[in-house]
Parts: sequence; C-alpha cells; structure tokens
Amino acid sequence: MPSDFISNLFVFILAGFVGFEVIKRVSPLLHTPLMSLTNALDAIVVVAAIIIAGRHETMLSTVLGIIAVGASFSNMVGGFLITDRMLRMFKTGKSKKS
Amino acid sequence: MTGLSPQQLIDLTYIVAAVLFILSLKWLSSPVTARHGVLAGEIGAALAVGATLFNPELVQYRWIVIALIIGAGIGVPLGMVHMTAVPQRTALSHAFGALSATMIGIAEYYVRAPQVTKFGMVEIGLEVIIGSLTFTGSLIAAGKLQEILPQRPITYRGQNIVSLSVLGTAVVLALILVIHPAYMKLFPAMVGVALFFGVLLVTPIGGADMPTVISLLNSYAGLSAALLGFVLNSKVLVVAGALDGSSGFILSVIMCKAMNRSFTNVLFGAFGQEQVAAAGHVEARPVHSATADEAAAILAAANKVVIVPGYGMAVAQAQHKVRELYDALAKRGIDVKFGIHPVAGRMPGHMNVLLAEADIPYDKLLDMDVVNGEFPQTDVALVIGANDVTNPAARNETGSPIYGMPILDVDKARTVMVIKRSMSPGFAGIDNPLYYLDRTLMLFGDAKAFVGDIVRELGGTHQ
Repeated sequence: MPSDFISNLFVFILAGFVGFEVIKRVSPLLHTPLMSLTNALDAIVVVAAIIIAGRHETMLSTVLGIIAVGASFSNMVGGFLITDRMLRMFKTGKSKKS
Repeated sequence: MTGLSPQQLIDLTYIVAAVLFILSLKWLSSPVTARHGVLAGEIGAALAVGATLFNPELVQYRWIVIALIIGAGIGVPLGMVHMTAVPQRTALSHAFGALSATMIGIAEYYVRAPQVTKFGMVEIGLEVIIGSLTFTGSLIAAGKLQEILPQRPITYRGQNIVSLSVLGTAVVLALILVIHPAYMKLFPAMVGVALFFGVLLVTPIGGADMPTVISLLNSYAGLSAALLGFVLNSKVLVVAGALDGSSGFILSVIMCKAMNRSFTNVLFGAFGQEQVAAAGHVEARPVHSATADEAAAILAAANKVVIVPGYGMAVAQAQHKVRELYDALAKRGIDVKFGIHPVAGRMPGHMNVLLAEADIPYDKLLDMDVVNGEFPQTDVALVIGANDVTNPAARNETGSPIYGMPILDVDKARTVMVIKRSMSPGFAGIDNPLYYLDRTLMLFGDAKAFVGDIVRELGGTHQ
C-alpha cells in the first residue's frame, strides 16, 4: 500500500470528521445554500483540471482537462453566486423593516 | 528558513484554502454570519486557482484561459436562475462537478496506462465509476426536476436485478483492469457501463423522493472529488471532497429520517408501486369545503396561524401571495408562523429559500420539531400545497405505506384549512384522512389564486 495513500486517508478521515461536526450545526433553514456552497467548494477540482490541461501531455488529456476546467469553474462561479444571492434574502423581522 | 520551492508555496496556499473552506462551512451555521462564509470560500477558491496558475509544470495557458472564460460564462447564468429553479440547478451542478472529476480521472488513466499500478488502478476505477454514475444520475434528476422527464417513478419488473447487475459489470471490468492493466480497451466499456448505471439508478425514483436523491448525489459528487484527490495525491481535493461528501451524507440521513425510510428503500424501493395498491380502495367520503371569504373570516378571527407550505406552493409560484397573506394577518396583530417539514419541496431547505425570497422573516420559519409543539395552541393551520407530510395516517395507521414517517401535526390545530386543486390523492397516491375531519375545511382551487382571494377579502373587511 503506497505511503501517499495512507497520508491521503489520514487527511480524508480528519476532514470528514471536521465536516461532519461543522455541517451538523448548520440550521435546516440554510440547507439549500449549504448544498450550493459545498458544490462551489467541491469545484476546487478545477485546480487539478488546470494542471491536466496545462501539462499538455497528450491531446486526449489536454482536451479532457479543458472540459473539466470549464465544467468545474462554472460550478465554482455559479455556486458562490447563487449561495450569496440566497443568503442575502434571509432577513429577520427587524432588519426587514429597516 | 531556506527558500521555498514554487511547488511548496503552492501547497502552502492550498492549506490556507482548505482552512478557509472549513471556516466557510462553519460560518454557514447561522444566517447572521453565513455571508462571511461565502466570502471565505471565495477567497479560498481564488487563492487556490491563482496559485495553481503558477505551477511550473504548466506549459500552455491559452486553452486554460479560454476554458475558464467559458466556465464563467456558463456559471454566471446558472448562478442567476430564479429561486424556483434552484433544485434543478443544484442537480445540474452535481452533474458538472462529477463530469469534471470523471474527465480528469479518465485523462489521468490514459496518461499512465498501461503502466498503472494495481493500487492506482483501484483508485482510478472507483473514482471514474462513482463520477460517471453521479454525472448521468444527476442529469436525470435535473431533467425530472425541470419536468423534461416524467417526475413519476418509472418502474418495471426485475428492475433492481437489472440495475445491480449493470453496476456489478462496471465493478468487474474495473477489477479485470486492476489484474490485467494491458486490457486497456475495457476502460471505455467500464466508463460506459457506469454512465448507464447512473441512468438506471435515478430513473425509477419519483419526484417526492428528490430531496433524498439530490442529497445522495451531492455526497457522491464529493466522494468522487475526494477520490480524485487520492488519485492525484492532492490534499486540497481530498479536503474539499470530504467536506462536500459529508455534507451530502448528513443531508441524506436527515431526509431519510424525515421520511422514515432507509437509503436502500429510497434507491430500490420503487416508492410508486406500493402506493398504487394502497390507493385502490379510496371511498368517496364527505368533506367540508369553504370559499375564500369564509376562510378569510376564520383567519381574521384567529390569534395564532401556522402556514404549512409544500411543493404545491412552489409549483403554483404562490410564495409572494403567501407573503401578502402574512402581511395582512400580521397587520391585524395575528401571530403567523410557518411550519416546514424537512422533505417539503424537492430539495433540503427548498421552502425556506422560496419564503425568504418572498421577504418572509426567517425567524418565522419553524422546523418540524419546534412547530409541532405549537399546533395545539394554534387556531388555524393553513396547508398550502403540502399533502403527505400532514397525513395523520403516518401516526396511527400501521397499514399505511407512510406509517412511521414524522409529520406536521396540523390536525391538532383548532381549524385546519387545506388549499388543494381537487380531491385527487397527492404525489404518493395515498389518501389523506386529514381531509375528512370535522375541523378541516377544504379550499379548492389554485394555491396562488386562492391565497390572493383570501388576501383581497381580508383587505376588504379591514377597510
């Protein structure tokens, strides 16, 4: 078993725990923005896509990488945008009147 | 400190990004700090993308820049969709995320093959199978939510056996590739079979189960990103994928609990079929119906009103009229709250977003557990476009297909009013005994029009 795998597993399990603890505190009120925000964060795969596309190893890997850059970056931009739009709408009775 | 290599600097930036991602989700716990969370996420993502562009391995930039521009060009309109379209937009973004992870996994395979280590092949195989099935599954879910595809469950005999053997085939192909890396031709077959399985997985699932399915797909999309992190040895992907995966998993568990069903039951239960049998013996029983002015008079005389919205409110786009009703009642000093079932609508939190969009203060939106304590003191429970989540059969009819599902106890209110198009049973096809109670008044009509009529009557009697 490669040592990289062990260290990645280590990070995965710790991040999963942190995610679990943090996310279970999110109010059900915000479950839709939660999903769109985690989608935007997940779009960080764009960094791997940029590397695959930019290394230009084979024609195939470059083309697939470019598709991946477009797909994940659209998620990143759209995900943050819609999350912020949704959260701006959540107001209390007091702030609403002001 | 001796100089850092560019790669080390990039990795340090990734650590900062990962921390910002965790803070981002932490701040989302309350609506007060939630927007800081988005900002933290944006900064983290911008740092990570910016740092990556300095990676010394990159030899061409032109196509990256073009792809980023196209991505932003697709992302902005997808970020600006109307709030009623949020469920399908979310399904589509699961598809895009999975597409991206799958494309990278495939690219990585062909860069390495046939010199893939056994362990590397296990990782790539798992990543590409999960990514592929999430991609097509999410597309089908988005199609159902957009109503391009029928929302009802599409089922046939032996469906589960067929679906599972398709998944089994993909796994077997991956295993052959692990053992015989030279059989490269099997790789596209594995991808194709996994894509096909995604279609089979979601097609039989009905619209009412979408909150669970969309959460599960969210979890798979996160898992595929994390697995990609394993393949590429990228910790920032592992972290982001683990966060997304655990979020989707938590939401799936909440949705399943809210329906008193298990994952396997949602995925393989073919919900539609059981109900056909249950709906067979619906007898015609008398109901009490009322007009808008009668409903307005009862509401005007109430001290405490709880409004229970459901998918029907979203379909009728009635949330703005509901806001007018809220204002009209609040002006008379009536205490108005909203009772929200976790699976109301088509995705977790769907109703909250629609009501917030209509400018209803979020402190009036109560969870099921909280609001159920309030129904006994409630004068009027007004159900708008919700059905199964208010069905008392879930509490007391052991034979009912939804028996055991936690519901909103609207029948404990003094008067129940239900706005509904007709007496036809709801999505799941189960008769609702709530409608035949003496205290229940059926308000037949389109949700938006009927609420508008009530608002007009309230305004008229007020002036």
